[in-house]
Amino acid sequence: MKDEVQSPEDRSAKLKGMGCSRKRVEDVRFTQGRGNYVDDIKLDGMLVGDFVRSPYAHARVASINAEAALAIPGVLAVITAKDLEPLGLHWMPTLAGDKQMVLADGKVLFQGQEVAFVVAKDRYAAADGVAAVEVDYEELPVVTDPFKAMEPDAPVLREDLAGKTEGAHGPRRHHNHIFTWEVGDKDATEKVLAEADVVADEMVYYHRTHPMPLETCGAVASMDKVTGKLTLWGTFQAPHAVRTVASLISGIAEHNIRVISPDIGGGFGNKVGVYPGYICAIVASIVTGKPVKWVESRMDNLMSTAFARDYWMHGKISATKEGKITGLWCHTTADHGGFDACADPTKFPAGFMNICTGSYDIPVAFLSVDGVYTNKAPGGVAYRCSFRVTEAAYFIERMIEVLAIKLGMDAAELRRINFIRKDQFPYQSALGWEYDSGDYHTAWDKALKAVDYDGLRAEQAQRIEDFKAGKTRKLLGIGLTHFTEIVGAGPVKNCDILGLGMFDSCEIRIHPTGSAIARLGTISQGQGHATTFAQIIASEIGIPADDITLEEGDTDTAPYGLGTYGSRSTPVAGAATAMAARKIRAKAQMIAAYLLEVHDDDVEFEVDRFVVKGAPERFKTMKEIAFASYNQAIPGVEPGLEAVSYYDPPNMTYPFGAYICVMEIDVDTGEHKVRTFYALDDCGTRINPMIIEGQVHGGATEGYAIAMGQEIAYDDMGNHKTATLMDFFVPTAWETPHYTTDHTVTPSPHHPIGAKGVGESPNVGSVPAFSNAVHDAFRAFGLVQSHMPHDQWRIWRIAENLGLHS
Amino acid sequence: MIPAGFEYHRPADLSSAIGILLEHGDEARVVAGGHSLIPMMKLRMAELAHVIDLQDIGELKGIELGASTVTLGAMVTQHELITHEGLAKAIPVIREAALQIADPQVRYVGTIGGNVANGDPGNDMPGLMQCLDATFTLFGPDGTRDVPARDFYQAAYFTSRSDDEILTRITIPVPAAGTGQAYVKQKRKIGDYATAAAAVLIGNGTASVAMTNLSDTPVYSAEASEALANGDIDGCVAAMLASIDPQEDMRGPIPFKRHVAAVILRRAIDSALSRKS
Repeated sequence: MKDEVQSPEDRSAKLKGMGCSRKRVEDVRFTQGRGNYVDDIKLDGMLVGDFVRSPYAHARVASINAEAALAIPGVLAVITAKDLEPLGLHWMPTLAGDKQMVLADGKVLFQGQEVAFVVAKDRYAAADGVAAVEVDYEELPVVTDPFKAMEPDAPVLREDLAGKTEGAHGPRRHHNHIFTWEVGDKDATEKVLAEADVVADEMVYYHRTHPMPLETCGAVASMDKVTGKLTLWGTFQAPHAVRTVASLISGIAEHNIRVISPDIGGGFGNKVGVYPGYICAIVASIVTGKPVKWVESRMDNLMSTAFARDYWMHGKISATKEGKITGLWCHTTADHGGFDACADPTKFPAGFMNICTGSYDIPVAFLSVDGVYTNKAPGGVAYRCSFRVTEAAYFIERMIEVLAIKLGMDAAELRRINFIRKDQFPYQSALGWEYDSGDYHTAWDKALKAVDYDGLRAEQAQRIEDFKAGKTRKLLGIGLTHFTEIVGAGPVKNCDILGLGMFDSCEIRIHPTGSAIARLGTISQGQGHATTFAQIIASEIGIPADDITLEEGDTDTAPYGLGTYGSRSTPVAGAATAMAARKIRAKAQMIAAYLLEVHDDDVEFEVDRFVVKGAPERFKTMKEIAFASYNQAIPGVEPGLEAVSYYDPPNMTYPFGAYICVMEIDVDTGEHKVRTFYALDDCGTRINPMIIEGQVHGGATEGYAIAMGQEIAYDDMGNHKTATLMDFFVPTAWETPHYTTDHTVTPSPHHPIGAKGVGESPNVGSVPAFSNAVHDAFRAFGLVQSHMPHDQWRIWRIAENLGLHS
Repeated sequence: MIPAGFEYHRPADLSSAIGILLEHGDEARVVAGGHSLIPMMKLRMAELAHVIDLQDIGELKGIELGASTVTLGAMVTQHELITHEGLAKAIPVIREAALQIADPQVRYVGTIGGNVANGDPGNDMPGLMQCLDATFTLFGPDGTRDVPARDFYQAAYFTSRSDDEILTRITIPVPAAGTGQAYVKQKRKIGDYATAAAAVLIGNGTASVAMTNLSDTPVYSAEASEALANGDIDGCVAAMLASIDPQEDMRGPIPFKRHVAAVILRRAIDSALSRKS
């Protein structure tokens, strides 16, 4: 056979395994318009639901009159909280241990809140029905500022919690208070701060924004009254969790619920939570006996489902005169909106905000977070980041810059002298994490060299002189970031969501002719799992990636897993994939040994075959082994070749990176131009470099949007001011910077293939890089801190306040 | 984001269109490219029983280049304005401005007539037409009448066009040879309305200045134009700043808008001067 004379290298290349920039197998259908998204699902007799939404941010709902709506041809039902109450479904549990109204139960707490669900024969009739429902509101005082919400005489938002002094995460001390979460050593930190040479004290606000998947959220519920089975298609980042939660709150037995996530057009955290639309579609299907579809409009999406960030982070960082950091203190006021619907592991009400010591060896630290209710939409999801990690990274990377100003030091050098050293890993952080691995100095030096950091600083100094001399009106900012992520939630011992342990899974079946199908508990929303997980299997067991089908998202067929968010797919399900593959390889070794008539230990794996040690001409390919496994009686070995692995990771993984942004700023108009954006990522073992590069481009573009203009803004009346793409900034190709990507490789020591996850690093790392560039441009003129987003008028205001316009 | 039900009309000539307008009164509106009206209908901020699509009316099309004037049919698209070489030669600032409107997909459908007739203070062409001293021709039940662009705009979405009239043509005097022309626009991103935009013509002893999205109408200032004609740039800017009345929105607060209005106007003047011969 031709194959037999090929070198191991040639055979390895044919597998398209790990390290290969294999083209995305998904793109064939996506680029031809053949994807199958929730809104593409059309079932016989399918009805459509749409919401009546509150125009007020805080009001009593005195009455709802559906008469005129029901008179519209095609409108079949108008469901209100009163209809859901007998089923116990007028409220639903949130992922954060709070509860949320499915439909307004006597009052509304944010503009856009779901008040009634109109069910109609098509979208047009549903929209007419929504317009015809008459709701009588009595306005109540509105509070949109979390600090004002905590004042003694602030309006009471959650009347359902009256008198409840104990919340899901401990004591509540005010009627709008949700929780206080404390980590670290308070007394020791305060002592260090009190005795320090230098303390930088600053408020760092990470504004409210919103994930922007191309596809909004939606679901189709179909209750088959004959079989008693409920099928639920939806934009779910965690289909198995949705099935379990749906069973627990509806009382339908879990085996009678099938949840399917079809193709998903981006998630970015927006599709982790459970939304009223899902519940209403299910109830409407049960009531009508017909399939019911609910799909958000873009405005619905921006107003109601899952915002991100909105953290006011007050920080104090202390150091010696020489710049050695001695302590970090942070108090965060977290604005959660009307309900606490944060998507965090249950034991972490502020997510992994306690990664806020970042890449630095900080001996002592203390973090406290207060969650607060306001008249804004609920959510608090991880927008392309592991739970609150982007807030933490932004906080520490701003505090480092503020400290550098206080010390009069170069911010690159300040980072360098405080990095955790390579020999300190595994590193125990002051706030409780064990960083698995890292080599920050190498990455940092490589990044600074790549952008010619010293040359940039010299150019900047010249620019400042020219500006002062009136020769230019443009300033130059150099934005530095060294971020450390914490991803891959997570070890079941401390990570669960609503009690569901955060392991993940993979099941692999090898077919008799040597091709395979693999199924995972995760669900791709654009990450390219069908491409990359096949590459892991290809490298582990020697079957070409092109011969492996990969399926996710159908709870009737896929093994149980907690889904895709927080860069957890590769760290957890990727590990399960490697482990399942290794089980198959172990069995294949026994079969090969039997076929070659040698002892198990006398054969060894080589790319795509087992060879007899010392006799490379004697071998059995995986293809031959697969056929034999089904068709040859082998004593003591069961027929078939398949395996499943449920992987409970021993630790998180800690990807890191060095990002540098060089930005030109027009002092007079507030306009900016990104001249250079350099992104060095270390995500451990690299499975598909092309997909990594794509992830970095996508995440950095989201980060660019967030830093430079994207926000969810409310006025004092709680009116949503950014509910369309006119005002909610999404960059086009024109605005998007050019990116230069780079990497170092520090494999995770505890992950089977050493991979760490990369999808979210570029969002986490780029936001501080862009923001620090803006700040850095004005550092010479006295700027210390100015909150994002850095849109034109806010940059103009910096210059105005510094007197640069006179 | 679904409009209320409506009847769609697609007449082939102007008089039929006027007939439908007369028949249905304020329940009917004409639609050109639809980029303003259709989103308003989808938000149900505009509910109309009858929509009259003008795209089949041949009389509303065409770009005519005369010796001293250029005439644009109301249904000429932004894309046609950009790609018409003769027009670009005669009045290059029209192409410069049209290229800063929205994006190519919108410009394939968006029309000059819709842009100027809707009275949206964010639109770019009204200010430019005032700067160029264009004249709008309106056709109604009583025949046609001409209204100077500088007299056309009364308030946001209110113009001197009455409900039973259709804007048919725009006539623009061709600026004298050597006139420096410029349109400078600050915006947040591709597709956005102006934070501030300025249209400037500078000839020998003549000048014309208008600005966009800094008041509830486009702002042409005779005083600013005269100052600029006399070479007094500071006076021009001061006069314009006295004429604008920007409002706070997500683009920024009033002091910011007033500041960038002056900056953008100066840049447009610099650009026009550099092109003057």
